[in-house]
Amino acid sequence: MTTLSVTRATLHKDLRMEWRSKDAINSMLFFALLVVVIFSFAFNPTAEESRSIAGGLVWVAFLFAAVVALNQTWARELRNQVLDAYRVSPAPPNALFVAKALGNFLFVVVLEVLMTPLFVVFYNLRSVGPVWQLVVVALLGTWALVVNGTFFAALSIRTRSREIMLPLLLFPISIPAVLAMVDATTSILTGEASPDFWIKMLAVYDLVFTAVCLLLFESVLNAE
Amino acid sequence: MKQLFIAFIVLTLGLLAYSTYQALYVAPTEQTMGDVQRIFYYHVPSAWTAGVCFLVNFLASVVYLWKRNTASDALAAASAEVGMTFCTIVLITGPIWARPVWGIWWTWDARLTTTLVLWLIYVSYLMLRRFSAGGQTQVLAAALAIFGFVDVPIVYMSIRWFRTQHPSPVMGGGENSGLDPVMLQAFFWNLLSFTCVGIVLMVLRYRLQRLEENVEAKHAAVALQGGSR
Repeated sequence: MTTLSVTRATLHKDLRMEWRSKDAINSMLFFALLVVVIFSFAFNPTAEESRSIAGGLVWVAFLFAAVVALNQTWARELRNQVLDAYRVSPAPPNALFVAKALGNFLFVVVLEVLMTPLFVVFYNLRSVGPVWQLVVVALLGTWALVVNGTFFAALSIRTRSREIMLPLLLFPISIPAVLAMVDATTSILTGEASPDFWIKMLAVYDLVFTAVCLLLFESVLNAE
Repeated sequence: MKQLFIAFIVLTLGLLAYSTYQALYVAPTEQTMGDVQRIFYYHVPSAWTAGVCFLVNFLASVVYLWKRNTASDALAAASAEVGMTFCTIVLITGPIWARPVWGIWWTWDARLTTTLVLWLIYVSYLMLRRFSAGGQTQVLAAALAIFGFVDVPIVYMSIRWFRTQHPSPVMGGGENSGLDPVMLQAFFWNLLSFTCVGIVLMVLRYRLQRLEENVEAKHAAVALQGGSR
């Protein structure tokens, strides 16, 4: 079994399960929708104001919604002792991790694609800067959330209060990534500053933490 | 060994008394800030000690993942708790000093924010230790410690770009930098005594952790014996 075939098989299985049940995407979507509506009531911004706060709102909504999906990542595998079976199998642990992270990445990207029109409608958004830069920020930022989120979900699944623990572990570590996403998005939307530094920073963050996750995942998977 | 440690505690208490005297009576009053500047002799040494503790925590975590020995895990747990305490002192003394000098309690500047994020990461570290079950705690905590350690420089870099208000390092570099020699002397006494207090607390907490592990092992052994009868 090569790393690639294990990754592909696991990813395929997860996507198919999600396609049939739609558990994660439905709960994420509805959660994000609620956040959008509540923020809209809470701030009631004009078009000009919303351009400067939208970066923060969008990413907070996606961050919270992503946690909903991330929490379900490993819960499924606990039920029939799948994780134990995985541990005794010769399959490389990092293949499992990469597959899970990619699966979550796809779920959150789908969520973002579906939610962005709603944000545009509710907040009357119109970007001053180039839109393709927003796509770059979204992809890098989503990976930053998802790679650490998948790892910390594997940590928190072993604690007593599973679902509560994930955001408590994930948010402090994600602070620089969230700052970078929000500032990059705001500077593109308002067109007042260059987002270059933040995009580079997100790329560095992604690289560093992907490496750390891959380095440590085996120990966490095999923790007794 | 025990007597040596008691001697070290006595020495630390003596140092603490002397450095307090240095900070409050010997060091001259600062020209523009006045007496409030004396908080410097507590603020900076606490930050230094917290940094040392977190460094010990990181090293102990790496050693644990490598060697899987309970001693380094106990050291990691002890240093995280003591580091948290000193980090809390930094976060409390900082605003008390900032309010009269800068006119504000808090600002999102590089060093303040990094310290706060560091504090948040270690709160989550201690919570993870508290909430995870049995033998898994050590590995999970060690993994999180490494994440936290990697995160801190990134936080610092990002906020530095964001904005900075905290004074640049006073000692070393720059034309107008440099402390009055008497101030410097008081500062170093405090640095020394705070580091010693940190070491004393870490050793005590480490011994407590080892004792707890012993008690748990004995309980488990007794339960096993009772079960076999």
